[in-house]
Amino acid sequence: MQAQAELRHAEHSEFVSFTVTGQAFCLQIKQIREIRRWSPVTVLPHAPHDVLGVMNLRGAVIPIYDLSARFGLETTEASERNVVIVVAVQDKPVGLLAESVSEIISINPDDIQETPAVDSRNTMEFIQGIISHDGGMVRIINLEAVISVPEQVF
Amino acid sequence: MAGSIQDTFFEECEELLEAMDEGLTAIEGGDQDPEIVNAVFRAVHSIKGGAGAFGMEELVAFAHKFETVFDDVRSNKLQLDPKLIQLLFRASDHLADLVTRARDGGQTDAEHHDVLIKALEEYIDEEEEEIVFEPMGFGGLDMGGLPDLPLPDLDAMAGGMIDTASTTPMETLYKVRFHPLKEMFATGNEPFFLLQALSDLGTMDVTLDDSELPGFDVMDLDENYLAWNIELRSKEPRSAVEAVFEFVEGLCELTIDTEEVEASEVPGDADGDAALSALNDAFGTAPAEDEPVAAPAPLAEVAPEEPKPAPVAEPKPAAAPVKAEENTPPPAKSESRGPKPTLRVELERVDRLINAVGELIINHSMLAQQIANLDAGDVRDVEIELEGFKNLARDIQEGVMAIRAQPVKPLFQRMARIVREASSATGKNCKLVTEGEATEVDKTVIERLSDPLTHILRNAVDHGVEKPEDREAAGKSKMGEIRLSASHRSGSVYIEVRDDGAGVNRPRVKQIAIDKGLIPENAELTDNEIDNLLFLPGFSTAKEISNLSGRGVGMDVVKNAVTSLGGRVNVTSTPGKGSVFSIILPLTLAVMDGMVVSVGGQTMVVPITSIVETMRGNDEMLSNLGADGTLLSIRGSFVPVCDVANALGLKDPFSDHQQPGVFLLVETETGQRCALAVDDIHDQRQVVIKSLDGVCGNIDGVSAATILGDGKIAMILDPESIIAASPAAAFDPDRRMSNASAS
Repeated sequence: MQAQAELRHAEHSEFVSFTVTGQAFCLQIKQIREIRRWSPVTVLPHAPHDVLGVMNLRGAVIPIYDLSARFGLETTEASERNVVIVVAVQDKPVGLLAESVSEIISINPDDIQETPAVDSRNTMEFIQGIISHDGGMVRIINLEAVISVPEQVF
Repeated sequence: MAGSIQDTFFEECEELLEAMDEGLTAIEGGDQDPEIVNAVFRAVHSIKGGAGAFGMEELVAFAHKFETVFDDVRSNKLQLDPKLIQLLFRASDHLADLVTRARDGGQTDAEHHDVLIKALEEYIDEEEEEIVFEPMGFGGLDMGGLPDLPLPDLDAMAGGMIDTASTTPMETLYKVRFHPLKEMFATGNEPFFLLQALSDLGTMDVTLDDSELPGFDVMDLDENYLAWNIELRSKEPRSAVEAVFEFVEGLCELTIDTEEVEASEVPGDADGDAALSALNDAFGTAPAEDEPVAAPAPLAEVAPEEPKPAPVAEPKPAAAPVKAEENTPPPAKSESRGPKPTLRVELERVDRLINAVGELIINHSMLAQQIANLDAGDVRDVEIELEGFKNLARDIQEGVMAIRAQPVKPLFQRMARIVREASSATGKNCKLVTEGEATEVDKTVIERLSDPLTHILRNAVDHGVEKPEDREAAGKSKMGEIRLSASHRSGSVYIEVRDDGAGVNRPRVKQIAIDKGLIPENAELTDNEIDNLLFLPGFSTAKEISNLSGRGVGMDVVKNAVTSLGGRVNVTSTPGKGSVFSIILPLTLAVMDGMVVSVGGQTMVVPITSIVETMRGNDEMLSNLGADGTLLSIRGSFVPVCDVANALGLKDPFSDHQQPGVFLLVETETGQRCALAVDDIHDQRQVVIKSLDGVCGNIDGVSAATILGDGKIAMILDPESIIAASPAAAFDPDRRMSNASAS
């Protein structure tokens, strides 16, 4: 909600676009902490299929999600060419596996279009809006909806 | 500024409340030492004084009543009978509530408050009862002098003086010699105020004794060389004079000699003023003569800080016998009771340090790995140094963890209150006996143990201990005893709650579990397993929901809380004799010794404490049992094998895999043995525990993660839950019943 309001009020916001299984997605540049090259992660036992595992980010253990699997697309066979986009969800760092980072695009908030109603609940929930860019469509990810941080016990 | 002083006050209150509780417990236990009564009195008084400074009137008013009763106890006007002790306990609980309320806001139970005030008033002589409330300056507070400011007391005394003046026509001449020790100034006490207070009691004549004053060349600036000889004519009893010096007991050399004299004719205000001006004169002249270095303005403060080479050879012997006679505790005694000097540090700073040490240990193992990989010929010297580095890092780590470690005593004291409240709510007689209060546990553990312990204790009172009449019928004493103990055992902290009640009602527990569908009807359970059904989610044995322990949440909450701390909880019970809840916790939350193994292609760590032995197996040692059960033969006995990779879902259980070659023999809390099959053992090392809380939910079989020398993350396994989740548990009835209920 808040992110959306922010989007509207910002003059021109900068977005980082990247591809996930051939589709173009983007996140606001200030949501992103860093982008790292993929390196093998430690598998979590009994983890859901879209959680790849955990990795060591300067002494912190952070979970890595496979965005593609999360969006209901095919599971990514991660390789050296892929990237991990580190974002903060509720102040906790989380890594998102994407195919590759494309570019930084500057967007006038007025150009953001509402997500057209499609027959996919996941999509409607995870995509905040879409933008037309270079003749293609870029989907703006609603980070809070995609990643829910597990509640701490006690 | 005021805020931070207030924080300091509340921190001190915590300590004072603790001291008070401790004192009361000692008194309850039959300790007759008057110093304990004094200690409790001082604690209450200090809280009152501090609260007065911040205008917390309700707190002051209550503390005053409480204190007055205690004062009577102190002067042997009141006898400490069990009824009074119980009242004092309740009052101390309420005082703690008031302090909490003053700090955090919120409502206290007004009715309870009034009831207690009434009950306390019954013990108080009416004439003494006049609350005097005078805020004190903040000046003394930041010097840690809160407990020592005597003003409110003086006013109370002044009130009493008027009453006694009419009954005591005779005046007494008190010859007081007052020699402050340097410790008195270190605690922020001010002789001027003491003398001023003394001057309120009557007419007095003060002379400064500077005979001890040495030359400048030998003067120790922190020492006090000055003493005052005071001649006080007063109608006040001796105790009033002693009360003035009450707060500097042990901090000064004090002798009080008395002579009965005729009533002086002019005991008026004018005289008091005269005494005061004489006093000011004394102060005014003192520094001018003695210490030219001192600035004249803050005379009263600077004057006494005079040096002295040979600590009063003359006055001391003179003082000693009188002191003994006056029943003033010698300084040594009060010091030994006092807490060790401590330093208050923000927790965050300590945690930063702990994180840094964790990184240091990881860094060490990275370095060690790099050196091992290095193809540089003879690196033995480097390795020796590296070993030194490792030992130092471990020392630092232990030191830092010790900072976080705190005795469980405050926690246990809070629990005493829980038991009191629970007993009175259920109409049972229970007392809590605590053992091993000095056992130190990590601060976080203490904080997070509070809820589960509260729950267990309430449960023990509510369901464990029987009603007094039932106890009598069973030939037990009416008073139920709950024993709360803490101890260190082989790298773990054991906390035990032992009650002498009826024990777990097994048939009923089993029936409830069946009724609630938690176990199949035909489940065959050992006694111990039935006892531990209590921890199943959704289990509550209370026939009707009492407002105490039956709040819809069962003991599973306890289990969750303890498990989230990396510990376990267990219950054993003997019918008619009582039950024992034991909580076993890791000593530290930050670092542990682990065995690095590989499992299904992943590197993992198994806590050393759970491993009994390791062995390389061969086919001859393995025998199948049933379709998927495997047993390992160890020196003639058979132990179920649990394939870790399988249990963690790291490989397809139906794939035709080679039997893993290495077994870790582990023993569970219940004494059950199991062989964990892993691919290989690599190393044994200290690992830093990184919690997975907030990264992902609870994972079966994994307790936490750690970072290895190569920067990779490794899961720390929890053997206990692996066994519970594996087919090997087919040998375990727990598993059998959950299998059955699943099908």
